[in-house]
Amino acid sequence: MIETLGALAEPTRLRIVEALGRRPRSVGEICDALSLGQPQASKHLRVLRETGVVEVEAKAQQRIYSLRAAPLRELNLWLERYRRIWDERMDRLDDVIEGMKEEENRDGRKKRK
Amino acid sequence: MERTSDTDLLMTRTFRAPARIVFDAYTRPEHVRRWWAPASRGVVLVQCEADVRAGGTYRYVLGSGGEVVAAFSGRYLEVERPTRLVYTQVFEAFPDAEAVVTVKFEERDGMTKLVAHERYPSKEALDGAVAAGMEEGARESFEQLDRLVTSLRG
Repeated sequence: MIETLGALAEPTRLRIVEALGRRPRSVGEICDALSLGQPQASKHLRVLRETGVVEVEAKAQQRIYSLRAAPLRELNLWLERYRRIWDERMDRLDDVIEGMKEEENRDGRKKRK
Repeated sequence: MERTSDTDLLMTRTFRAPARIVFDAYTRPEHVRRWWAPASRGVVLVQCEADVRAGGTYRYVLGSGGEVVAAFSGRYLEVERPTRLVYTQVFEAFPDAEAVVTVKFEERDGMTKLVAHERYPSKEALDGAVAAGMEEGARESFEQLDRLVTSLRG
């Protein structure tokens, strides 16, 4: 999964995934929709295919790309998880702050003695 | 956490401590090492360096099982201890998506509200950061997502 997410974290690839989220498209259509050159689009599509995000089907003379995993275009799901990472991080920060407070109180008492 | 626009995220948390403690906990490497990475899930900060002054730089590197998982770095634009911090943030795998993070520490009655505002250069950059941010979530999260994807596929 780390590879999958890494593949999607690249802005152009994410745009390709969003475009394919609306409907399957050929390389040419992807190039037109995103103003990409064919070599660039092919390079990104290869990464997306290798990581299992998209699949390709040969139709007549064309290769049609489509998304394999519906939830991967649900950016809200991602935001939910990003939020959880933040919340957990803030929980740990809270623990550290509580520790710093205790330490300060202890040092303060020592100084007063 | 709230997505306030295509390019902006807003996050808040209140701590029961004065701002100077929260500010130091948030910025000083000796403290950051203890909370930034989800150590209980096997992800640790293998490098944590920060020169916390305007123009200074920082770099946080996350590792898991001896491998580097992700690296984040940036430059401090404004440092006003203990009320305000502005810095750039780059997920190094995607250096074009540099965010500017503004953190305010609002102290009131001994409590401090931390307000973090992340602004990305584009919608795609924010979407990418959210996807990349998950890399820190370690294997447990990925496995959960993997199972979900598999179940929805079937």
